[in-house]
This record gives sequence, structure tokens and C-alpha cells, in this order.
Amino acid sequence: MFGRTPAADAEFMMRDTTSHPPAYAPAYKTSVLRSPRNALISLQHSLSEVTAPVFGASELGPVDNDLIKSCAKSGLPVGERLIVHGFVRDQFGRPVKNALVEVWQANASGRYRHKKDQYIGALDPNFGGCGRMLTDENGHYFYRTIKPGPYPWRNRVNDWRPAHIHYAISGEGWVQRLVTQMYFEGDPLIATCPILRSVPSDEQIRGLIAQQDPGAFVQLDSRAYRFDIVLRGHRATLFENHVQGAAE
Amino acid sequence: MNVLRETASQTAGPYVHIGLAPQQAGFEIFGNNFGNVLVTPQTQGERIRIEGTVIDGSGTLLRDVLVEIWQANAQGKYNHPGDRQPGKAVDPTFRGWGRACSDFDTGLYSFETIKPGPVTGRDGRIMAPHVNFWIVARGINVGLNTRMYFSDEAQANAADPVINLIEWEVRRKTLIAKREDRAGKVVYRFDIRLQGDDETVFFDI
Repeated sequence: MFGRTPAADAEFMMRDTTSHPPAYAPAYKTSVLRSPRNALISLQHSLSEVTAPVFGASELGPVDNDLIKSCAKSGLPVGERLIVHGFVRDQFGRPVKNALVEVWQANASGRYRHKKDQYIGALDPNFGGCGRMLTDENGHYFYRTIKPGPYPWRNRVNDWRPAHIHYAISGEGWVQRLVTQMYFEGDPLIATCPILRSVPSDEQIRGLIAQQDPGAFVQLDSRAYRFDIVLRGHRATLFENHVQGAAE
Repeated sequence: MNVLRETASQTAGPYVHIGLAPQQAGFEIFGNNFGNVLVTPQTQGERIRIEGTVIDGSGTLLRDVLVEIWQANAQGKYNHPGDRQPGKAVDPTFRGWGRACSDFDTGLYSFETIKPGPVTGRDGRIMAPHVNFWIVARGINVGLNTRMYFSDEAQANAADPVINLIEWEVRRKTLIAKREDRAGKVVYRFDIRLQGDDETVFFDI
């Protein structure tokens, strides 16, 4: 499936909009006034779209991917200890190396460490709720955290978010930039979440649900979940790379 | 042939700051924070500030939006191995990427950067100087992409292959940031309207 290796300035697959929620998804009420009404203008890729920032390991700290340790002050954070890991690949299955993966989440009570979160769930003095890492040569990433709790939110009066971890991923090209959320296998709130249900197909919803991964458990310590991410495919085109010059 | 589907996008939500700008969420955790200052004293190019607001369909400012920019350096070269434009050098002090959040009170976002040079576009056509924007927030299901161009580049803008793709000429002005001189400092004002009158042109890239 890999085929030829794409050049560093190769174009990417055009976005399949049926893989994503529509901008206007009225069951998620905030989207109503924040969704463009005009059609997006489709661009063939230039250097502006196929390039992207490159990040270095020296920019990250040694415990940036350990949410159990990175904010621990008087002890360990409360909650179920988890390892989350997976592979970042493109649509052709190629590993996306050196991708920046940033994650953030609520604590075990469903409370965010954020000055605008007023939920009654208790803050945990030993938990910050954010982490970041770079994928390795195989596109693999991993971090350690505690399982986030579900929480109520103002949409309808009894809407609850399933437990989830937010992701932002920066890959090889600006067009691969993606934000998403990871959910947990077996959570009964998955069936009714208006944000998750804005995704238009069951197949794509399944892709956002992490599976428990016993092979990666740490014995007598932590469970593990596996969550793989697919970014836009880097094309290996023939005779037609016009991105930064005339066709030859 | 089997091609995988891109992972579905989900909103960044109201607490995006925790992950991407924890100082704005109200705490210190990382030794090194990604932010809105793209330049060092050594960076080549004209110093500029880009600032603006993001506005919803009712005219209300978004106070919880996160904006990222990606741009070429003063010579019009991206700091990326894919950029092979001849005769242009990478500026090692300039990555060309920044991240800003709107202020919780004023709704204003800002970047301290340099004005980019023109970049060669498809088929050798020169693109006018521009800055690529990516916008995420609560209520935005898929990150929005747009470009900011410069009001003092009217001639280059008129020849820009991307601006000229916009069939509705009245909408082109939504991509042009207005240059202001503010006590000797160059500021470009770029307000982004998500919906309604003068809705900003967004791109499917």
C-alpha cells in the first residue's frame, strides 16, 4: 500500500469531507453561529500548504509526556493510571515521523484545570491535564496519564461528555493539521454525545474510540489504551509535481 | 486501491488553552511554551504585529479561539525541507510558526512576526506575500483555514493566483489585512468573520 516515497514537497490527498462533522451541526448548539455559510474555496496545493513547522525533541521537557508526574506536587494525582499509545500514519499507511502530538483532558472528577471551568467536580492539586510528545521513526507515540472523568456541559440541560482526551496533531504538511478527541471503549455516554454524533458515519466514530490494549499494560501498575491516528495521505505523483515550478 | 480514511476532526472545545497554551488556562507546567512571538532579535525582515478578532454570526467576538499562523521568511522561503526554491535561504532564527489565543476580555489575538516575502506558487506563478491561518475553537468542528494578505501589496495581490480563484470579487477584501502605523510600530489588522455579512473566505486545502 505504501507505493513510491513521496517527495518532501509532494501534494496531499484532497480532504474527504464525508470523514468529518459538518461545520453546521445544530445538535451541537455552539456550532450554529460559528459555522461558515459559504462554500470553502478549494485550493490545489502550493508550498504554503505542503510545508509545516518542524519540531525538535529539545523543545520538549523530559516529563512532558507523563501527565502523572508533570504536575505532581504533594503526591500523585487521583484516578485510574493509564498508558495511551498508538501510531500516527497517513492515508497510505506510511508512518508520520516527528509529528507533534499534544493532548489535554479533565481530571478524574471531570474538572479541567482552567480558569473558565466552573464545574463542581474537584480540582486535583497534583494534576495539570496536558502533555505533548513527538512520534518516533515508526510514527509511534505514547504518554502516561489518569483516566479523565465525564462531566456535564451546557448544551441541553442533561448533556454529559463521555470521558475523552483532546488531541492536536501537527504532521509533515500544513494540510495535515488536525484536532480531534479520543474516547474510551465501552463508555455508555458515547451513544448520546452531540459532539461525537456530529461525525457522519459509524465507521468514523469507531475510529475515535480507543481500545483497551492488554499487551501494553504495566503489571500491577497501569492499564493501557491504543489510539491510532490517520492524517492526510502524502501522494507520490508521476509527471505532475507543479508545486514550486513549471511542469518539466 | 484501499486508502485509509483521515481520522475524524472534533472541536478543540472551550478548554483548548490547557493543552496548547496552559499559561492562558492559568497554570505553569512546561519549561518551554509555544507562543505568539515568532521573532528573535537576529531575525531578518520588517518587524510587524498582526492583530485582530474572530467574530461569530451574531457579531459577537469569540473569546475562546485559538489561532495558529504559518509563514515564509523575509525572502519568501519556508523553513521546511520541501521548500527547494532556488536562491533563497532559510533564516535559522525564524521557524515561521506561532500560536495565539484571543484575550478572555477583549477578544483580541496578536502575533509578533516579520513580513514574509513572496513565495513561488504552482506552475511558477508568484504568490503575493501572505500568512496562513488555522482557527479552532468551541463550536468549530473542523479547523478553518484562511490566508492573510497585506494591504500595501495591492499590485502583488492583484496578480495572486489564490486571490484570483475567488470568483466573488467582493469577498476578496476579507483576506486583506489593513496596515496601520502605531507610534512607529507596524500593525496589520486582520478580523476574521466566521459567518454573516463579509464572511471571511475560508479554504479547503
